[in-house]
Amino acid sequence: MLEIKNLTATAGGTEILRGISLTVNAGEVHAIMGPNGSGKSTLAQVLAGHPAYEVTGGSVTYKGQDLLDMEPEERAQAGVFLAFQYPVEIPGVTNAYFLRAAYNAKRVAEGKEELDPMDFLDLLEEKLKLVEWGPEIMSRAVNAGFSGGEKKRNEILQMAVLEPSLAILDETDSGLDIDALKIVAEGVNALRRADSATILVTHYQRLLNHIVPDFVHVLAGGRIVRSGGKELALELEERGYEWLTEAAGAVA
Amino acid sequence: MTATRTPVAPSPRAVEPAWIAELRREGAARYEALRLPTTRDEDWRFTDLSPVTKAALGPARAPGALAESDLAPFLFGHTEWPRLVFANGRYQPSLSRVAGLPAGARVGPLAELLVEAPELVEGTLGTRAVQPAAAALVGQNASAFLDGYAIVLPAGAVVDTPIHVLFVADSRAALGAVYPRNVVVLGANAVASVVESYVTLADGVSLTNTVGEVTLAAGARFDHCKIQRESAEAFHLATLEVRQERDSYLNSFSFAQGAALSRTNIYTTLAGPGAHATLYGLYLAEGRQHVDHQTRIEHAAPGCTSWEVYKGILDGRGHGVFNGKVFVHPEAQKTDGKQTNKNLLLSDTAKVDTKPQLEIFADDVKCTHGATVGSLDAVPLFYCRSRGIAEAEARTLLTYAFAADVLEEIRSRPVVDHLEELMRAWLAAGQRGRAAAGPETA
Repeated sequence: MLEIKNLTATAGGTEILRGISLTVNAGEVHAIMGPNGSGKSTLAQVLAGHPAYEVTGGSVTYKGQDLLDMEPEERAQAGVFLAFQYPVEIPGVTNAYFLRAAYNAKRVAEGKEELDPMDFLDLLEEKLKLVEWGPEIMSRAVNAGFSGGEKKRNEILQMAVLEPSLAILDETDSGLDIDALKIVAEGVNALRRADSATILVTHYQRLLNHIVPDFVHVLAGGRIVRSGGKELALELEERGYEWLTEAAGAVA
Repeated sequence: MTATRTPVAPSPRAVEPAWIAELRREGAARYEALRLPTTRDEDWRFTDLSPVTKAALGPARAPGALAESDLAPFLFGHTEWPRLVFANGRYQPSLSRVAGLPAGARVGPLAELLVEAPELVEGTLGTRAVQPAAAALVGQNASAFLDGYAIVLPAGAVVDTPIHVLFVADSRAALGAVYPRNVVVLGANAVASVVESYVTLADGVSLTNTVGEVTLAAGARFDHCKIQRESAEAFHLATLEVRQERDSYLNSFSFAQGAALSRTNIYTTLAGPGAHATLYGLYLAEGRQHVDHQTRIEHAAPGCTSWEVYKGILDGRGHGVFNGKVFVHPEAQKTDGKQTNKNLLLSDTAKVDTKPQLEIFADDVKCTHGATVGSLDAVPLFYCRSRGIAEAEARTLLTYAFAADVLEEIRSRPVVDHLEELMRAWLAAGQRGRAAAGPETA
C-alpha cells in the first residue's frame, strides 16, 4: 500500500526528515513514536502534502502511484487521510457543508455522482453513531468553538465519512480524557478494513492500549532508530526515549 | 397615504412648504460654495470624486415602462413584503404596495408626505445630516431631490415585515443623476425594518447621491439594510445619518457590490443613555472598482454601546476604503465600543486603505478597535485540500466563510439568503475569470 524510501524533507531550510524508509501493507497498523521534535508529525504532514515542507529526496509510492507528485486534494481523493494534531477551525462553514463537499469531491474523483443533501444526511446519521454524536453537531461551524476532545472526534467523523485506505492519525490522543480517548479509539478500530492501513503518530503508549499496533517504529533526529512489535511501545513506556535518541545521536 | 394614489400634479415642488424651499436654497448655496470634496480633504483622502465632477451629469430622464417581472430578481422571493419602488428617482405607484400598517403609521413617498403632512418629518428632514464630511453631498441632494421614502411610526407601532425600498435604474438613467431623499421617524418603542436596494436594469454611467435622515425616539428599534448593486459604470454616493434617543437600537448593514465608484457614509449619534448601535458591512470589489465606507459613531450620552464589523473582499485591481470613527464625548461615561475592519485580498493588485479611529474624551470607557488586511491563511486552505476539496473550491469556500458571519447579522433571513447567493455568484464569476486568465494560481 505505502512504500517510503529514504525520504528527506526540510521546513524553512532546516532538514527535519533525514532518510525515512517504511513499508505499510494493507490490514496493518503502524505506530510511529518518538520524542518531541523527532520529525514524526512532519512525516505525517509530508505524506498528506503540507506545502510548508519541501521534500528534498527519496520516494513515496502509494498504491503504485508516486504520492509526492500528487496535490493534497488528489491524495485525499485517492484515500489518504490525515487526522490533524490541531484540527483547524473554519468559522462560517457548517460541518454538514464541509463534510458533504469533501465526500462529493471523492465521489467525483471516483467517477460517481454527487450525493444530494438529503441522501448525504442519511449517510451521516450512521457515521454520527460511531462518534456518539447527535445531528446537531452538523449545523455548527467546522471545529469553531469545539473543545479539544470535540475537535478530535470531528476528525474521526470526517474519517468515517471518507473511509480512507490509509489513515494517518497525528497525535490524535493528545489532549483527550479517557472517555474521549475510548470513543476515538473505538471509532478508529471500527473503521479498520482488511484493505486499509493505519499509521498512528503518538508520543505516548496510552493510545496503543486501545488501538493495538502490528509494528512500532521509533523516530529520532529525523530517522527511524528502532522498529519492533507492540512490545517495543511498552519498553518505551518503561525506559523513555533517551536510550534510543542517544544511540541515534551517535549514528548522526 | 396609500400606494395606489396618483402622484400629486403638476409637481410636488410647487406646493412644498416654505421650510423645504429654504432647505433647498441652503443646500444649493452650500454645494455651490463647497463643490464635491477632493482628495486634499482628509475625509476623502482615498476617494477621488473628480470623475463624478467631470461627468457633470444632469437629472436622469424619466424611466420607461417597468413591469413587475423586471423587479422579480430583487425581491428576495417575497413579493408580499411592503414595497416602495422608485425608478430613475421617480416613485412608481403601480409597482409599489403598502398595506396592513399599524394605525397612524405612514409609509410612502416623501414628496407626497411633504404635501399632505410635512410637519411629521419637520424635526428630522434637513436637521439630521450635519456631518461636515458629507456637507457637499447633502447640500447637492437637498437642492435637487425629487422624492424618496418616508416612514413615520407613532409610539409603540411595530412593523415586523421588512419594508423594501427599491431604487431601480433603467436604460434611460444612463448619463443622468438621481438624488433620493429619505426620512424615517420612529416614535417611542416603535419598531421598523427597512431594506434599501439600489439596483440597475441596464449598464451605463450614472450618479446616485442619496441622503437618509433618521430619528429614533426612546426605545425605538430600526433595522436598516442597504444593498448597493448599481451598474459597473455608476457613481454611488450615500449618506445616512441617525439620531438615537434613550435605549433606542440601530442595526445597520451596508452591502456594496456594484458601481465603479461608491462612497457610503453611515453616521449615528447616541444621544440618550443606553442607546445601542450595531454597524455591519460587507463590500466586494473587482476589476477597477472603488468602494469606500465612512462611519462615525458619536457617543454623546453615558452608558451607550456600539459594535461595528466591516469586512471587505477585494479582487482584481479593486480598491477598498474603510474609515470608521468612534467619538466618545466627555459626558459619555461607561461607553462600550468595539470596532473591527477585516479585509481579504484575492489578488496582488487589489488594495485597501483602512483607518479605524477612536477619539475618547471620557475616562471611564471600554473601547477597542482593529483592522486587518491579508490573503487567505495557508493552514485552513491545506486543511480543506487534505479533505479532498480542490484548491480553487477551497479558496472559494474559505473566502465565503470569511464574509458569511457578518451577513448573518442581518435580521431578515430571506435577505441573508439572497446576499449569500449574490456572494457565491460573485466568487464563482471570479473563479471563472481567473481560470480564463490562465494558470495564475499555484
